[in-house]
Amino acid sequence: MTIDSIRNGIVIDHITAGKSMEIYHILELSKLDCSVAIIKNASSKKAGKKDIIKIDSQLDINMDILGYIDPTITVNIVKDGKIVEKKHMELPDHIDGVIKCKNPRCISSIEQEIVHSFKLVDRENGIYRCVYCETKAEPETL
Amino acid sequence: MKKDLIGITDLSKEELAELIAIAEKIIEDPVAYSEKCKGKKLATCFFEPSTRTRLSFEAAMLELGGSVLGFSEANSSSAAKGESVADTARTISCYADIIAMRHPKEGAPMVAAQAAPIPIINAGDGGHNHPTQTLTDLLTIYREKGRLSDLKIGFCGDLKFGRTVHSLIQAMSRYEGISFVLISPEELCVPEYIKKDVLDGKNIPYVETSSWDELPELDILYMTRVQRERFFNEADYMRLKDAFILTADRLQDAKPDLCIMHPLPRVNEIERAVDEDPRACYFKQALYGKYIRMALILKLLGVE
Repeated sequence: MTIDSIRNGIVIDHITAGKSMEIYHILELSKLDCSVAIIKNASSKKAGKKDIIKIDSQLDINMDILGYIDPTITVNIVKDGKIVEKKHMELPDHIDGVIKCKNPRCISSIEQEIVHSFKLVDRENGIYRCVYCETKAEPETL
Repeated sequence: MKKDLIGITDLSKEELAELIAIAEKIIEDPVAYSEKCKGKKLATCFFEPSTRTRLSFEAAMLELGGSVLGFSEANSSSAAKGESVADTARTISCYADIIAMRHPKEGAPMVAAQAAPIPIINAGDGGHNHPTQTLTDLLTIYREKGRLSDLKIGFCGDLKFGRTVHSLIQAMSRYEGISFVLISPEELCVPEYIKKDVLDGKNIPYVETSSWDELPELDILYMTRVQRERFFNEADYMRLKDAFILTADRLQDAKPDLCIMHPLPRVNEIERAVDEDPRACYFKQALYGKYIRMALILKLLGVE
């Protein structure tokens, strides 16, 4: 199966197989009017299988959220058909406005205008806690 | 830059030592501090009732020569009209120099601290933090034992929901030679995250038990109340509320210099007869709470 190369845009590579649609939704790629290709279960030397998303446009991507969802991802910036930059993800120290605190007793669950904010407390195990109530972030709270 | 106190870990070991040193000076010579905060105002913003904590803060400010204003329940504040915590804090900052806030929602004092230009003290946010109780406990231990290191500390009762227990474990874990004995029924044992992140994470020795066998070894025994409001099921509460009661009889085997603490209020977990035992420190603890709050107010207001 072949997908056309992109001239100017972004390739989100090494996505853990099966996570591409989650990333598609979280990055709100459905709102773009450029070409977006989602490749699922592409072969990968490292992981056996991987997903890839190709976006035929230069746009700002929220690297923090990508790092949180899947730190194995690499983001390639493509200009004039060539990769000009390769970014490896890492767990961000803070994630603001993306994960929701699920503690019903937390002030951020009560007052609508408070931005839900989490900080990395354990890099080794990828554990984030709400800055307000210290409740642990769960993946389904995205 | 203004400083707030939201959680006990906001304070370094050096800052804790400094607060304890100030409190000791106040205890030695209270008159010297009786006008230190003249002209300053403390706002006690209590969105849920807590008489003893509020009175302790108010007594602290009054003994420093300052004055006090505030409210003691959400119904008498603009929160009842739907005002946000941030707006309330910003508004009250126009009338006071420092705020002590109790709120049923976890993290509310942090929201207030982000919005207000004056120092915010968390006077308890739901089941989350209550750092001035921990400061009180630290001053009590220091006053009674003369040190914060090399102590075997027993906690007894509700170790699952008791935030004072969790905070004190966190705070004491920073000192050398500390070990813990965690005495509770299985249903009310210390949460996994405290064991994993704090105790195992720092290689601190601890024993979990549902017996009193370790009592003769303890330097400090911290009793807690099994709180009815933490249970969804009345039957569970009734079954566990009397699980661990400290009696005068039981204390016969304890060390002669044991320090018995309790954050109060007590229900029946310490027999009244124990009050007469010189090892009972829980009422002194309430007094120390006022002194450490005085020290904290001085420190956050930048008063020398």
